[in-house]
Formats: sequence, structure tokens, C-alpha cells
Amino acid sequence: MAESKELLHDQYANILRAYLEEQSEQGLYYAQQFSKRVLEEQISPEEVVSLHLEVLEEFFPDLPKGAHESFELLLEVMMGYGLAYREHQSLRDKTKELEAEINVAANMQQTFLPDEIPHVNGLDVGVLSVPASKMSGDYYHFVKDDHDCVGLAIADIIGKGIPAALCMSMIKYTMDSYPEQRLQPGALLENVNRVVEQNIASNMFITMMYGSYDSRSHQFNYAGAGHEPGFYYKAAEDTFEELHAKGIVLGIKRNTNYKEYQLTVEPGDFVVLLSDGVTECRTDDGFIEREAITRLIRTYQHLPAQEIVNHVFYELERAQGFQLRDDFTLIILRRNV
Amino acid sequence: MNLSTEVVEKSDKKKILKVAGEVDAYTAPELKANLNPLTEEEGAEVVVDLTEVSYIDSTGLGIFIGALKSAENHDATLRLTGLNERVKRLFTITGLDEVITIDDENTEEAK
Repeated sequence: MAESKELLHDQYANILRAYLEEQSEQGLYYAQQFSKRVLEEQISPEEVVSLHLEVLEEFFPDLPKGAHESFELLLEVMMGYGLAYREHQSLRDKTKELEAEINVAANMQQTFLPDEIPHVNGLDVGVLSVPASKMSGDYYHFVKDDHDCVGLAIADIIGKGIPAALCMSMIKYTMDSYPEQRLQPGALLENVNRVVEQNIASNMFITMMYGSYDSRSHQFNYAGAGHEPGFYYKAAEDTFEELHAKGIVLGIKRNTNYKEYQLTVEPGDFVVLLSDGVTECRTDDGFIEREAITRLIRTYQHLPAQEIVNHVFYELERAQGFQLRDDFTLIILRRNV
Repeated sequence: MNLSTEVVEKSDKKKILKVAGEVDAYTAPELKANLNPLTEEEGAEVVVDLTEVSYIDSTGLGIFIGALKSAENHDATLRLTGLNERVKRLFTITGLDEVITIDDENTEEAK
């Protein structure tokens, strides 16, 4: 350490001497290199000032009166500055550490979501889920059985960030524990509700909509637990209807029955499921209307389902100045033939 | 946007909490800090006046659910009043209007 101090001293003396002889750009460049070095070696600002004074007194043993004292004052100033700087530095390191940990968690959370959309003949599916920050409170789930029946779920866990993300694992494992075949939406929600009710804090809850599509009969059965209503597009009438399923959110009442609804899906019809991050999109002019979303979908309706959801997301993200306030999930399921 | 709350004591038992602003993830802790102690008094009748509340998000709903459970544990009651269209829709969609008492109109005493 003492050796490196000496080295630093000599180096600074050389830089200063050269600069005093000729005030060149080159001299300033060396000074910049030197500051990088002192930063790397975590040398405090007051040490640099004291180094400067040392070298200065070697060059000019007869400093005018007051010069030495003025440096003592500067040293005092720099000491406070250095202290604050070191604190800032240590906070920055801690933030980096936390960020790395959150990144690990966010990556793990990604594994809760399906990596691919099941392919079913005659069905066009588009999904997009984007968290407002690193961790998401939105969840979606797809299963396909041997008879080309598709089950899909969309859920919104109250709040955002880490607590919501932790809660999501419960939903994921609960859903995974059920057999894939022949699960009726109402019964499924009743089962999930029992698990959630027993395992969730008193001020938390989860909203969910579950639907199953039978590609042989083209029936879409669905049930909802307090989830933001989606839309149903009827191709024959070229209209959007609200897709609402009455039912209380998960985690509030232990024994709850969820009513099941049924629709017959005709060619060209599609189901839109969404999270409240889509409908609660807020621009400078206030909240957007639900009609604005159906208008947007209509604009891109001629495209494949995945492109529709991508375009709708882009437009809504832009309307909010590319700053999502809430997690955003949009699913479209369309019968092609 | 900020949130402000004010407690109006109608009687020993009856307390009205007037809330103004927006209840979201950032302001919810403040609402919780002001609402929960009221529900923890045995036999209290707590009315939350939301006339001046423009917006509530799901975190805000959670605070009311927590307060309701706390009220039930203390033999107290919780009632909400003065909900605007948007706020009311949220309670209806989530089905929480089934468990929380919500006034259809502003009641005289809460005005």
C-alpha cells in the first residue's frame, strides 16, 4: 500500500510538473487518466487534495502565506464530500446486488408462463403479456388435451411486483395439479378458490377467468372470479359484446360457486381476454374507454391473432408515453374455420 | 395524486372516514393506516365516504377487504358510501359488493 502511495505520488508529481511547464491538452488527458486510477483504487477526494498539497510544497517550498492553510480548509470540505461519495458508492453496489437478485426472480417467474401456445387446427391464438416493471402480477395458462380441447386461464393477482409474483407460483402449481382433461371452468375456479382462500393474506385476492374451448363442438365454456370482462366478437353481426362472468374474486369466501356460461363459436368469431392493465390504460386525457380497445382490435382484425395483440399493445403503450402503469395481458382466441 | 383522509366522529361508536384523492398502490398504505384502527374498536360502526375519491385500483380494494375482515373480527361493521360510477363498477365486477355493504345513494349522515 505504502509502495503504491509512493508510486501515485510520483505519478501525480510528473503530471503536475509537465502541466505547469506547458498547459497542453495532453496534460489534461493525463489528469483524466489519473482520476480514473484514483477511482479504481478507491482513493478518497481528500487524499487527492492532500497529495496535491504535498507535491505543490515540494515544487514551491516557499508558498505564499495562507496557501497551506487554505488547503487545510479545502481538505475539510473534501472530507465531507468524500464521506457522502463513499456512502453513495456503497448504496450503488447494494442496488446492483438487489437488481441482480430481482432479475433472477423475474427470469424464474417467466418459467411459470407457458413457453408456447398450443396449436389446434382451426384455431388462431395470440397472447401478449408484458409486466409494468420486472415482476408481473398477471398470469395466463394454456392446456390442450388429446381431443383438441383447449383450456385457457387469465389471472390478475392484486398489486404488483414481488408479492404478486410470489403469489403467482401458488396459482401455477394449483393449476398444474389438476388433470388436463374434462375440467369444467366452474369446478376449476371453485377448487382454486379453496387453495387461495387458505393461503393468502387478508388484504390480497386474485381475479381469474377460465375458459375451455372444444374444437369438435365449437363450444366455449367459461366462468369468472371477479375478473375484468373481456369481449366476444360475433362475426355474423360484426359486433363486440362484453364477456363477463359473474363471481367473486378468489380468496375471499371459502365455499363459493362459480356460474358457468356457454357460447357457440361460429367461424370468424373470437374471444378476447384481458387484464385490467389493458382497460385501465391512462393517458394525459384520462382513462381510455373500453370502446377504444374494441376500436383498436377492429383496426387490426384482418391480421393473425398474434399480430392483433402485438399491434394493440403497441398502440396502448404509445398512448401512455411508453410507460406502462400496470401489467398488461391480452389474449385472442379465434375460430378460423 | 395524493390521498387525504379525515375522521368525523358521529358518536362513540359511529365514525366516518372521509377519503379524497386516488387509492392506488402508492396511497393504499396511508388509507390502511387510517382505516384499520377504526375497525379494530369493538362494536364500531365505520362508514367510509368515497365521494371525493376519483379512482381505486385493485390494491385499494384489498385495503377494504382487509378492513372488512378486521371489522368482522371485532364485531364491528364497515359500510362504503359515495362511490362514483367507475369505483362502483370495480366493486361489482370483482363481486366484492356481495361481501361489503355499499350504499346506493349518499346517505344524509355521510354528507
